[in-house]
Amino acid sequence: MKKYVSLRIGNVISFLIDKKAFFLTFVFFLAAFFVILVSASVGEVMISPVQVFQTIFGIGDGTNELVIKQFRLPRILISLLVGMCLAVAGGILQNLVRNPLASPDIIGITGGASAAVVLFLMLFSDKNHSLTVSIHWMPLAAFIGAAVTGICVYLLSWKNGVTAIRLVLVGIGISFLTKALTTLLMIKGPIYQASQANIWITGSVYAANWSQVKILFPATIILLLITVVTVRTINIQSFGDEIAIGMGNRVQLTRFFLLFLGTALTAVAVAFGGGIGFVGLIAPHIARKLVGSSFGLMLPISAFVGALIVMLSDLLGKTIFLPHEIPAGVFTSAIGAPYFIYLLMKHRNI
Amino acid sequence: MHRLYTHELTFAYGQNMIIEDLNLTIPTGEITVLIGSNGCGKSTLLKSLARILKPAGGSVLLEGKDIAELPTKEVAKKLAILPQGPEAPEGLTVLQLVKQGRYPYQNWLNQWSKEDEELVFRALEATRMSELAERTVDSLSGGQKQRAWIAMTLAQNTDIILFDEPTTYLDITHQIEILDLLFELNMKEKRTIILVLHDLNLACRYAHHIVVLKDKNIYKQGKPEDVMNVQLVKDVFEMDCKIIRDPIFGTPLCIPFGKGRNINKVGIQHGKVDVR
Repeated sequence: MKKYVSLRIGNVISFLIDKKAFFLTFVFFLAAFFVILVSASVGEVMISPVQVFQTIFGIGDGTNELVIKQFRLPRILISLLVGMCLAVAGGILQNLVRNPLASPDIIGITGGASAAVVLFLMLFSDKNHSLTVSIHWMPLAAFIGAAVTGICVYLLSWKNGVTAIRLVLVGIGISFLTKALTTLLMIKGPIYQASQANIWITGSVYAANWSQVKILFPATIILLLITVVTVRTINIQSFGDEIAIGMGNRVQLTRFFLLFLGTALTAVAVAFGGGIGFVGLIAPHIARKLVGSSFGLMLPISAFVGALIVMLSDLLGKTIFLPHEIPAGVFTSAIGAPYFIYLLMKHRNI
Repeated sequence: MHRLYTHELTFAYGQNMIIEDLNLTIPTGEITVLIGSNGCGKSTLLKSLARILKPAGGSVLLEGKDIAELPTKEVAKKLAILPQGPEAPEGLTVLQLVKQGRYPYQNWLNQWSKEDEELVFRALEATRMSELAERTVDSLSGGQKQRAWIAMTLAQNTDIILFDEPTTYLDITHQIEILDLLFELNMKEKRTIILVLHDLNLACRYAHHIVVLKDKNIYKQGKPEDVMNVQLVKDVFEMDCKIIRDPIFGTPLCIPFGKGRNINKVGIQHGKVDVR
């Protein structure tokens, strides 16, 4: 028991704390903080970390304040939150379908959001290719697309209840359907929109601003809190239906709820970050490698790993090809795709 | 009072009827073993008893109430089941696995109460898994793995425990080890244990009560020494055999007929032992 500490407060609160997981969570928290600082100081204008601190606490000069507070910070925060949401969504879905290869992109939720965004750009453009409604509505379109797809996947998987394997297979089918729809809409639409849609689909956080943070921040906090409360229930899903039922879990109800939670997390993430791929696949997997598959232990680490991946991808995207910016999604996919193949090779029996 | 029984239980997979109008009372505080040929519905019956499968008709009653209508978490505090060939998520430790057995008693804030700790450690001790508590389940041998799962079921602290073929894939040493463990649980703590087993001889040795299934219903039930005979084995398993008393334990021992080396001067003709 040297690896654990029991924490008990009265008869209401009690936890068994895994020292290693606790320590690693702290390490990743510090790492995330460090990346935030670096990301706030580099870019077209270089600002020293000291000045970054000064600016954040309101004692820096005006130019720095503009660059950091108006441009960099919202973008960093959006990356952080998007990464967390995608990672947690991935972890939930992987436990739900009992397969480490599941993720929001693979079961079609991200694809549904992409199709909705392209549809949005097409429906609300006039003949001069300018939008007839504000671009601020685009996240809403993405959210609706993701949610509708999540519901479709669930309903189509229903046959006297939903089994994990049917959920994956239907999800993969729907995912391809949304891709076909996206391509069709892009070909039918004007070229101008195709490039705009493409950047969105790849996933980027260029356009981040404080009003987005104001929506994404509380949404993320609420969804993460719900996840924390349901950790035990998510955990027991990974033991399979028979054991979960035997332990007194209402499996069908839980499955519906968890798909809903995973979809909501993905939907808020893609609404502001676009179709950033593979984060939901890799982050939980890295966390599981570090602390094992107990969901309560891997959840915080997975969230920070997801945040780090997106923040670092955006950092690379805005620095290495200066003055050009590369969407963060390019880097997440560049790391993610080979990693996915590695996972497939390692789990040949899946 | 009998705590667990079925009333005209019927179960079907689609059009395929598996169990029909089955009435079974599980003797409280005893070991009951379900036997029968492959596909006779032993596992189906066991899973229905534990509400994992929903019956097409009839009901399973726990303390006089329909198990389907009781809150499932309350059922989980009275009845535990270990399914056949369970699989743990990758990288899970034995302690984490056994702790899972406390699920019906926990909530999101209260996940490691003193009682949880006590029962988890007691379960680890009873299954001799304390030393291995921090190992991952994937790294254990077959027998150890099964003991870890049994520990999880014990941590659930229920009076009734169901096991679906707990000895499958284990060598003879570990089969006996597991059955001894269950036997002790029954002896020391008077837990009601229900098992599905394939080995007739082990079934006769460890069961107080044996339930033989055939043709969607119970063919016969009772004490193994009263129930087991040549005709039963022939009817249920379509096999000829000789039943003798176990020279050590005195329980029925079934010697199947068939081919094989015969170094005795005893032959088998027309399903009868023939001493030359």
